[in-house]
Amino acid sequence: MEKFEPVLETKQVLQHPLVFDRKENKLKKLWNVFKKDKLAVMGLFIILVAAAVSLLAPIIAPYDPNISNGSKRLLGIGTAGHILGVDEQGRDILSRLIWGGRTSLLTAVVPITCMFSLSLILGLLAGYWGGKTGEVIMRLLDVLFSFPTVLLAIVVSAIMGAGVLTIMVSCCLTMLPYMTRVVYTSTVTEKTKEYIEAAKILGANKLQIAFKEILPNVVSDLIVYSTSLIGVAMVLGAGLSFLGLGVQPPTADWGKMTSDGMKVLTLGAPHVATIPGLIILIVATAFNWLGDGLRDLFDPHKRTQ
Amino acid sequence: MLSYAIKRILAIIPILMGVSFLVFSIVYLIPGDPAVKILGQAATDEAVAELRKDLGLDKPFFIQYGIWLANMLKGDLGTSITMRVSVDSVLIPKLINTLILTGGSLAVCLIGGLLIGLLAGLKPYSWFDRISMFFAQFGANVPVFWLAIVLMWIFSIKLGWLPAFGMYDMRTEGSTWSILQHLILPSIAAASVSLAVMARLTRSSLIDAFNSDYVKTFRAYGISEKNIVFKHAFRNILSPILNMTGLQVGSLMGGALFVEVVFSWPGLGSQLYSSITGQDLPMVQAGVLFIAISFVLVNLINDLLVASLNPRLRH
Amino acid sequence: MALLEVSNLKTCFHTSRGKVKAVNGVSFSIDKGEIMALVGESGSGKSITGLSILGLVPQPNGKIEDGKILFKGENLVGKGSKEYRQIQGGEIAMIFQNPLTAMDPSYTIGNQMFEIIRSRGKVGKKEARDQAVKLLHLVGIHEPERVLSSYPHALSGGMRQRVMIAMALSCKPKLLIADEPTTALDATIQKQILDLLKKINKETGTAILIITHDFGVVANLCDSVAVMYAGRIVEYGETNDILSKPVHPYTKGLMGAMPEFQEPGSKGMNRLIQIDGTPPDLIELPEGCSFFERCNFATNLCKKAFPDATYANDSGTQFVYCYHSKEVV
Repeated sequence: MEKFEPVLETKQVLQHPLVFDRKENKLKKLWNVFKKDKLAVMGLFIILVAAAVSLLAPIIAPYDPNISNGSKRLLGIGTAGHILGVDEQGRDILSRLIWGGRTSLLTAVVPITCMFSLSLILGLLAGYWGGKTGEVIMRLLDVLFSFPTVLLAIVVSAIMGAGVLTIMVSCCLTMLPYMTRVVYTSTVTEKTKEYIEAAKILGANKLQIAFKEILPNVVSDLIVYSTSLIGVAMVLGAGLSFLGLGVQPPTADWGKMTSDGMKVLTLGAPHVATIPGLIILIVATAFNWLGDGLRDLFDPHKRTQ
Repeated sequence: MLSYAIKRILAIIPILMGVSFLVFSIVYLIPGDPAVKILGQAATDEAVAELRKDLGLDKPFFIQYGIWLANMLKGDLGTSITMRVSVDSVLIPKLINTLILTGGSLAVCLIGGLLIGLLAGLKPYSWFDRISMFFAQFGANVPVFWLAIVLMWIFSIKLGWLPAFGMYDMRTEGSTWSILQHLILPSIAAASVSLAVMARLTRSSLIDAFNSDYVKTFRAYGISEKNIVFKHAFRNILSPILNMTGLQVGSLMGGALFVEVVFSWPGLGSQLYSSITGQDLPMVQAGVLFIAISFVLVNLINDLLVASLNPRLRH
Repeated sequence: MALLEVSNLKTCFHTSRGKVKAVNGVSFSIDKGEIMALVGESGSGKSITGLSILGLVPQPNGKIEDGKILFKGENLVGKGSKEYRQIQGGEIAMIFQNPLTAMDPSYTIGNQMFEIIRSRGKVGKKEARDQAVKLLHLVGIHEPERVLSSYPHALSGGMRQRVMIAMALSCKPKLLIADEPTTALDATIQKQILDLLKKINKETGTAILIITHDFGVVANLCDSVAVMYAGRIVEYGETNDILSKPVHPYTKGLMGAMPEFQEPGSKGMNRLIQIDGTPPDLIELPEGCSFFERCNFATNLCKKAFPDATYANDSGTQFVYCYHSKEVV
C-alpha cells in the first residue's frame, strides 16, 4: 500500500481548497491583464449589449417591427416617438434594429460555433496525421479557397434558395477552410516542439498526443481567430441578406434593412439605409477588438510587453 | 525557379478540376430535373428530352461531368434561360467590366494602402499613424455594400461630384474619361476592406523591418538612414505586401460583386444577382466559373511574382 | 588615456508597466588593444550597454538617462544621429549573436559588403571588391568570390559569423563590440571564431568588448572582465584575478554553475552549484543590493543601499560591489 501513497497525496493536494483558489486567482489574474486592454473591454461590452438587446427584443422594442403604418413614412431621425425614424413602409427603425440583431448575431455566431469542432478535427487530421487523409483535406480546402468567399456563399444560395438557413450554411462553408487552416498551421508548428518529443518518449500514443498535448495548445489559437471571424461572418451574412439571399420580408435583418433603405436613398432618407450598416460595422469591429485582446492575453510574449 | 513555376502551374490543374466539378454539381444539388432547370420552366417537352440526351442524363454521373467539361472547354457554356442567348456572349463583356472594376479597386487598395502604411510606419505613434490606424481598425470590418451606399449618398446625391449609376454616360458612351469618373466611387467602396488590411500590413512590416537585426547591423556600420529605408526596408517588405495582395484579390472581387449591385455596374456581380433571382442556372454556373478561374489565375501570377523575389527560391 | 570610458551609464525603457532600468549606473573602461568581457545572465543589461555605446538604444521607448561614454576623450552621449554615424562603423563596429538575421536576406553578401565599404568615403566599385576579398581572406575565408555572390541563407553559421566580422572590420574600427558572437554556433566553430577574434586583436590592435554569458569565452580570450547583474556591474577586474578568486557571491555562483571552473579536487567537484531564485524585476528594483534576495551572505546592511566599489586585492586590479566579499572567499 505504501507505494500508492504519493498518488493519494497528489489527489489530496488537488482537492485541497487552496488549489482551487489558485485556479480562481489565475482567472482573476487573466481578467486583470485583460481589463487593461481598453479596446478589448469595449468590444466585450458592445457584444454583451448587442446580445442583451437582441435577447430582450420582445420586451424593449417600442413597436412591432413588422407592422406598417401607412400614414407615417420615411420620418427622419429624432421624430417624436420614433428616435431613429421610420422606414419607407412606416415601420419603426429602432424596433427593427433591435429585432434584426437576433438574425444578424445568430447567422454569425451559430456557424462559427458549429464549425469550431469540425475545423479542429480536420486541422488536426491534416496537420498531425498528415498522409493521404491530410493531403485530401488540404486539396479540398484549396478548392474552397479558390472561390472568393462571397462567391461560395452565392453558390450555396443558388443551390438552397434564399433563407436564414442558407446564410448559415454559406457562412459555415466559407469560414471552415480558414478555421481549418489556422488549426493546421498551429498543429504543424506545435508538433515539431520538444514537449511532443518528450511525450512520445514517455510512451504516449498518437491519439493521446493529438488530444492531450497538441489540442490544448491549438484551441487557444482557434478561439482567438474564431472570435474575430464572427465579425467577418456577420458582415458576410449581412451582405447575403443585402443581396436578398437571406431572410424574407417582412422579417428584420440589418443587411436586408440596408438594401430596403437603398431604394429610398434618393428620396432624402439616407438614415434608413445607413444606420443598420453602421450597427453592423460597430458590432463586427467589437468582435475584432475582443479577438485581438484575447490574442494578446494568450500570447505570453505580448502580455509582458 | 523554373521548377517551382512548373510545379505551381501544375498545381492549379486539380484546383481547376475541383472548381469545375463543384460548379457542375450545382445543377444536381438542386432538387428537380436538371434538364428542366437548365432550360427553364417554360421549355417544351421535346426540348427537355433532347437536352436530356445531350447531357447524357441516363449515363453515369462522372461521364456527365466529362461531357459538360468538354462542352465548357469547347467554349459552349450553354444558353441563358431568361435571355435566350448563349451565355458567353452575355458574360464575357460583363467579365471584362468586372475585371475593370477589380483593377480599379486594386489600384486604390495598393496606392492608398501602401501610402498610408508607409507614412504611418515611418513615424510610428505619430498623430498620422494613430488616426489612420484607428480608422484602419474599422476598415477591416466595413460592410462593403453599406460603404458603397454612404459614398453614393455623399458624393453623388448630396454633392453631385461623381456619377451614381452605371459605367458610362449614355452621351459619351465608352470614353475613357467617363469610365474613370464612374469607376472612382465603386473602386473605393470595393477596396475599403483590403485598403485597411494593406495599410496595417505595410505599417507593421515596415516597423518589423526597422526592428530587425540587419537594420541594427547596417546602423552599427554607419549606413545612411536613406539607404536603410529605401534599399533594405522597402525591399524586404515587398514580399509580404505582394503575398497579401494575392490574398486580397478575392476580397476585392467579392467586394466588386456587392458594389456592382449598388452602383448598377454592368459586371458579373449584377448579372449573377439577377440570374440568381431569375433562377437562370446556366448563367449562374458560368458566372461562378469565370470568377473562380480569374481568381485562381491572379493568384498564380501573384505566387510566381513573390517567388521571383525570394532569393531562396530563385536559385 | 583609455580608449573607451563608460561612467555611470543609465539606460531605461519606458513601457506601459513603468520604467525598466536596463542599465543602471555602469562604469568601466577599455584600453587600446584590450579585450574585455561583459558577463551576465540574459536580461542583465549587457547587450543594452553595448547598444548604448554605439548609439543604437532601441527606439522609440529606450533612452540613455544619465552618464558619460567617453570615446577617445569625447563624450558620445547626446550626439545627434548624423554625428554618431562617423563613430558607427568608423570607430566602433558591432557584430551580433545571430549572423543570419543580422544580414539582409534579400541581397548577396557582396552587395552588402560593398555598400558598407563604399559608405566610408569615396571608393570605386573595383576597389570595394578588392577590399572585400582582402577582408574575407583576413577572416579565413578561402573562396571569397563564391561567398561574395552568395545569399546569407546559403552559408553555414560559422561562415556567416566570419563574414559579419569581415564586415565589421571593413571600416578599420578601433573598438569592436561582439554581442554573444559564438552563442549560436557549434562548439568546434566557436573555438575557431574566438581564435579569429584573438588573431584580429593581435594583428590590427582592435580593442574588443565581448558580451557573453560564458566564462569559457572569458578565460580563452579576455584581459579583463566585468560581471553584470540586474543592470549593474557587481565585480570587475583582470580576468586572471577574477577567475582564480571570485569574491562576489554572484560571480562565484555563476562560475560554480559551469563545470570547467570548479577547482580540481574540491569536494563539490561533481556537483554544479545553482543560484536559487530569479533576477529581480527591473521596474521595481530593490533599494539595496539587487542580488539581495538570492544571496546566501545577505544581511540587513545589504538591504539599505547598493554597496560602493571596494578593492578585492592588494594590487588594485579587482573591484567588487559587495559588503561581504571578505566572507565569500
